[in-house]
Amino acid sequence: MAVLDMRDVSLTYHPAEGPVPAVRNVNLSVNAGEVVGVAGESGCGKSTLISTVLRLYPKTATVDGEVLVDGENIFDMKWNRMRAVRWGEAAVVFQGALHSLNPIQRIGKQLVEPILVHDKGATEASAKKKVRELLEQVGLPARHANAYPHQLSGGQKQRIMIALALTCDPKVLLCDEPTTALDVMVQAQILDLLKGIARERSMGMLIISHDLSVLSTNCDRIAIMYAGQVVEQGPALDVFQHPAHPYTRALMGAFPTIGDRESRYAPSGLPGDPPFPGDLPSGCSFHPRCPIATDECTTAHVALEPVAPGRDAACIHINQGVGAP
Amino acid sequence: MSSAAESIGDEVNVVDTVVEVDDLTVTFEGREGGTAHAVDGVNLAMRKGEIIAMVGESGCGKTTLARTILGLERPASGRVLSHGEKLQYSGRALKAYRKTVQLVLQDPTGSLNPRHSVYEAVAEGPRTHGMDDETGRVSRALSMAGLRPPERFYLRYPHELSGGQRQRVVIAGALALDPDVIIADEPVSSLDASVRGEILALMLKLREDLGLTLLVVTHDLGLAWNIADRIVVMYLGRVVEQGPTEEVLNNPQHPYTRALLSVVPEMHGTEQIVLSGEIPDPTKIPSGCRFHPRCQEVRDGVAEKAGVLKACQSISPAILSAQIPIGEAELGHDAACHLVTPPPAPLA
Repeated sequence: MAVLDMRDVSLTYHPAEGPVPAVRNVNLSVNAGEVVGVAGESGCGKSTLISTVLRLYPKTATVDGEVLVDGENIFDMKWNRMRAVRWGEAAVVFQGALHSLNPIQRIGKQLVEPILVHDKGATEASAKKKVRELLEQVGLPARHANAYPHQLSGGQKQRIMIALALTCDPKVLLCDEPTTALDVMVQAQILDLLKGIARERSMGMLIISHDLSVLSTNCDRIAIMYAGQVVEQGPALDVFQHPAHPYTRALMGAFPTIGDRESRYAPSGLPGDPPFPGDLPSGCSFHPRCPIATDECTTAHVALEPVAPGRDAACIHINQGVGAP
Repeated sequence: MSSAAESIGDEVNVVDTVVEVDDLTVTFEGREGGTAHAVDGVNLAMRKGEIIAMVGESGCGKTTLARTILGLERPASGRVLSHGEKLQYSGRALKAYRKTVQLVLQDPTGSLNPRHSVYEAVAEGPRTHGMDDETGRVSRALSMAGLRPPERFYLRYPHELSGGQRQRVVIAGALALDPDVIIADEPVSSLDASVRGEILALMLKLREDLGLTLLVVTHDLGLAWNIADRIVVMYLGRVVEQGPTEEVLNNPQHPYTRALLSVVPEMHGTEQIVLSGEIPDPTKIPSGCRFHPRCQEVRDGVAEKAGVLKACQSISPAILSAQIPIGEAELGHDAACHLVTPPPAPLA
């Protein structure tokens, strides 16, 4: 069952220079116990997408579509209900989490606070007990409750951030670049932990990262975003090993397979920069950077189409056999 | 540790190396007393035109080593050699030296002053060093870094540039001084995947066009596979494995290198060896092999079966000597592990 269901979600910012459609018609669902990854370059709208789930976008932004958290539409909620849903139903592990902890408060105090705020029945003692359990669940000794953030390493702080997001037993956990500032070995530990937590608690998890390779090994499904739209989605490993969309293929090419002699002294990238969402190219947004673009791409309307069982891609060339998985 | 410094090769070869470190140790006073051995006996020689990837987790001493090579930290013992001569730490000597060894950092946004235009950012080095033809230098440096035509970028500010362009400006700032060596600390880890390849290609091109020597400090083994001639793997202040990139990555010898390689997300199909815990505190370096408390071969009993467990717990593997090939000679592939090179004398 989908604990998070985004239906045709769009979000437009309205700065003085004119409207900026940062997220355009995204459909994405996350089932209980499932880990879904969203990958894309900076500016592709992936962080904005997360902001729609908890209505964390600025008041001036306009949204369209539906975001259902456990069946309830976020966009229709009254303020009081919204406050309860934040942290209680859906929680976020923010990017740059290492700086999100209060440096002058002990870890335990910071973990107890949301429990007392959200759970009216909780007492100081029951909250403390829960904090100890949470710390153990994220692989830290309970005595770390007495530590200050500066006494912990980056990986340990990230574990605290995860524990913090879990304090109110949310059904959905949103992770914005949860491992970006961490080392490879710690990265692997944290992703293992997140995956385990999603399974154990039957929680839906949405992980956002610019690092497609990190997502491929740790997610069940993956969606690739470009210029505010999902351009490809499917089972993670499948997308990773047989990318269909030319953009996904370019992203994949950036991470060489160690042992593949062709990529020695031949790093591969994608020339150009992603478009500014306030000034999108006509037709397929990717066409100015696309290695296989034709004239048709400058005007064609592209939308996600099935390319294989469980796989969708938004490219008019795929049905013509180019890059079919 | 008083392990004897190993010979660093014949004097004849020293000419071939641009920068060299010789039995280097760098220590800091620990916050809670004790001395942190951030770099604890490292030998490394960089030849002209070589790209070396230095890999390891945070806390392994790779950044301290890079800073010491730049003359930003002073060694507790051992030396840094530039073109065969010992680095002097007088203000004037350091200034001259730093012109030849430049640094490129991970986050280009943090490296650039938001209120300085691209021209000012790149011209700052030549100005500091009183170099002539400032405009010519800035223009050449920008175009070498792939920002063409350079004039179009002079008056732009960092916020008007993309992440990749900013990193190119930082690289241009280094190139404006005609350095021999560029030390790049995680040069692409904050960049998008699509930009990453472009910056790596630029580094290869600079080596080819200018004969630059590059020391890339990274945790990204894919990057090393993409561009490095040679890999140096560090753990807790020491080099634990070194050799030509293809050798080290296709046939890793040290258990730590194997573990690092197994968690590279691209390595589907290989079983992940996720080491528990984090790198130990450098004020409390474990006895014996410094990796043994986390070593999967010790944990899984492989070391015991091979009869080296006692050595792992009590004898520190010999410090690897700098790799200084003579002429066309093949570079060796060494690992500081008792399983690879059994300890000299069996424990009675």
